[in-house]
Parts: sequence; structure tokens; C-alpha cells
Amino acid sequence: MVAVTYHAPTSLDEAVALLSSSELPAKVLAGGTDLIIQMQKLVTEQRLIVDLKKIDGMQSATLSDEGLTLGPSLCCAKLTRRDDIKDVFPGLVEAAYLIGSSQVQGRASVGGNLCNASPAADTIPALIANRAVCQIVGKAGERSVPVESFVVGVGKNCLEPDEILKAIVIPHPGKATSDAYLRFIPRTEMDIAVASAGASISLDSDGICTNARVAIGAVAPTALVVEEAARKLIGQPINEATLEAVSQAASDASTPISDRRGTAEFRRHVVGVLAKRAVMAAADRAKEK
Amino acid sequence: MKTHVETTINGEPVECLIDPSTTLLGMLRNDLGMTGTKEGCGSGDCGACSVVMDGELVCSCLVLGVEASGADIETIEGVADRDKLHVIQEKFLEHAALQCGICTPGLIVSTKALLAENPNPTEEEARYYLAGNLCRCTGYDKIIKAVMDAASAVREA
Repeated sequence: MVAVTYHAPTSLDEAVALLSSSELPAKVLAGGTDLIIQMQKLVTEQRLIVDLKKIDGMQSATLSDEGLTLGPSLCCAKLTRRDDIKDVFPGLVEAAYLIGSSQVQGRASVGGNLCNASPAADTIPALIANRAVCQIVGKAGERSVPVESFVVGVGKNCLEPDEILKAIVIPHPGKATSDAYLRFIPRTEMDIAVASAGASISLDSDGICTNARVAIGAVAPTALVVEEAARKLIGQPINEATLEAVSQAASDASTPISDRRGTAEFRRHVVGVLAKRAVMAAADRAKEK
Repeated sequence: MKTHVETTINGEPVECLIDPSTTLLGMLRNDLGMTGTKEGCGSGDCGACSVVMDGELVCSCLVLGVEASGADIETIEGVADRDKLHVIQEKFLEHAALQCGICTPGLIVSTKALLAENPNPTEEEARYYLAGNLCRCTGYDKIIKAVMDAASAVREA
């Protein structure tokens, strides 16, 4: 384990000041389910740990007509118990529910999952499908970045050393719109996605798709928006032909690697199947709204 | 430099001086001598170190001891009422739901958390909830029988 200097500031200003003035390499702590394991591997080094959980709003989730403002450090267990949020964003809540065990969900957060920037992070395709935006604060002030641009590489996000993800804002999807998130794992529980897909679908009263957004995970260095899938859906009914086009578009957009959890060929195929099924699930939910 | 931590463990105020790189698991076992909580993998995969922190079931190996400052911690030591075993503990004994016993404290803490959240779980719900508690001995069958029996006993109590 690294030698830790620990601070738990109670304001964002204080947190930014700590990060920008630190002489030690600084790490931000949310649930710690990734960070503490990463630190265990380093033996001789020192780190400043800035725990954000004491800052107002970091562990809250506020749902209004405008949408959801999610405190990045809210643990997944608390999020998945929120039936009001589950009603509006069932796919996002499903993604949070798939992360690790009950114990891990008691600590792991959506913001931590996003900042850790694993290609296989479950919440990222669900956030992208829902057009989530990251609100960032740093020494230079505030800025907003869409989730798909927040993650810039394997394990890399766009935050400057003095910056903090202060909130994740998801616009309200409105009427006849819903989402879904699916992943493939070889086990039934506690595993990491081999491929995954999130979708948000809006339908009109005739069942024609009026808006669509499809995102895929674990098949490229970062989760990807599949623009072509949305183009194939908008203005069309959800039928075999459009679903096949979604599947093809997702497979075509993927650039997977082969590793011990799956070959590139398998991932390319499965991500197409998952994208199609996520669109079907989101559309079925949208019909019921 | 050591950090002063004031926390509440099983309802009792506790304070100690710890190295800030110490996990909550290390603090419980090594600084406070509370060795009921077990260390299995040390990486959040096995659940042997399960405790409840501010109402949430967590792996204490994935929490820094300093984070326990001001928190309310429940460990295996707080499950029994002095000499009187909790019904979950009784059911684990009755169903012989343990062999080597290393996973048992974690499973009992997790089962208690499960039943607090869902007093009437289906077997499937119990299995999913407890998927983060690994047991190398029993094959889980006896554990699940004990959990389901404890659930009905808790409901009737």
C-alpha cells in the first residue's frame, strides 16, 4: 500500500485548493473500489488522497422535470433503491446494479465508475445513451463535458490535475422515451463486461422512432456512440429490418481486442446482438410510458 | 504520521490512532483487536471482511480506516446479544452451514443486511445478494438453507 496523506474537505473550493497545491501525486477518493486496489499494488510511493464524500451534494441524487442531477459519489446501492429514478432511467439503474457484489455496490459510485474510465465500465454506455453531461470544477472555473468526451482513453479521463467531477446531469427523457443497458458476461454475477450496449429510444403514438441513441462498451478503448444506429432508427418503426441495421452498425463501429475473456470476432458479433436487444428493451419500455 | 479516528462500532464509541493507509479491516483487526472480521482476498472479491458502514454493506478491505471517522460501523462482534446468539447464527449452526468458518462472519453480516433490506427474499434473491460472499467449503447449499430458514424465523419473530 502507498503511504497516504488523507484529507476529507467539506467544500469544492477546499478540494480544488488541495488538488492544485499538492506536492504529492493526488488522487480523488469516491467509493474506493478501484482506487484502494490500485494503491495496494504500489508499495514505496506516496499519495495525497482527497475524499470528496463529505462535500455537500456529492452523495445526493435530485430528480426533477428537468432531469437528474447525480452526485458522483452516491453509492450504487443507494441509487438502485431509488424507485423514482428507476422509473425514469431504468437502464442506468440496471447498469449500476450490475457493478460487483452487494458489498461493492455499497461503496462504488457512478462518478467513480466514470472517472476510473475502464473500457468495460457498466454505467458509461448507459450514461451516454441518456445524453449525460459531466459538470467539472477546477482552479480555472467550471466547464461541462458530455460523457462520451469525458473518457479519453483506457483508464484516462479529461480532468486536469486540479479538476473534480462535481455532478453528472442527465436531461429528463420526456414522454414515451426509455432506456436499457445490457452486457454479456460468462458468469451470472460479479463479472466484467465482455461487450455491452446501452440505448435510449423515443417513440411516437404510431410506434415510429422519433429519437434514438445507442452506445456500446468493452469493444473499443472507450465507450462509443453509434451514430449510424440512431440514423437507421429515427423515422422508422422498430422492426426486424431496423433492428438488423442497428446490430450491423454496432458491430461495424466496434474495434475490439482479443483477450482471455473473449476474441475480437466474438465481441464484434455479440455487441451487435446486445445493441439490438437494448433497443428492443428500451422501445418496449417507451411504449408503456 | 498517525491520524486520530473517532468512530462508533456496534453502538460503542471507539477511538484509535492509525496510519492513514490502513484499511478499515486492518484497523479493526490490528489496531482494535476485533478479529471476528476476517481477511480473505483483500481486494473486495470474497466478502469475508463484510461489515455494515452507515447502513451499507461494504468490504472493510476497500474502506480506509480514516473514512470511518464519524461513521457507524456494525461488525460480526455486534450480531449476538452477549451470550445469546442471533437467530441467523443459530440457523447457521443448525444447518451446519460452515466448515472451515473463514467466510462465516462475512456471510452472517451480509445475511443480516439482506434481511434488513428484504425480509422475504426468494432463494434467487438471496443467492444474488450473497454472491459477493465466497465459500470454498460448503458448496453454498447449506448456507442458502440456513439463510432461508433464518429469514422465516426473523419474519415470525
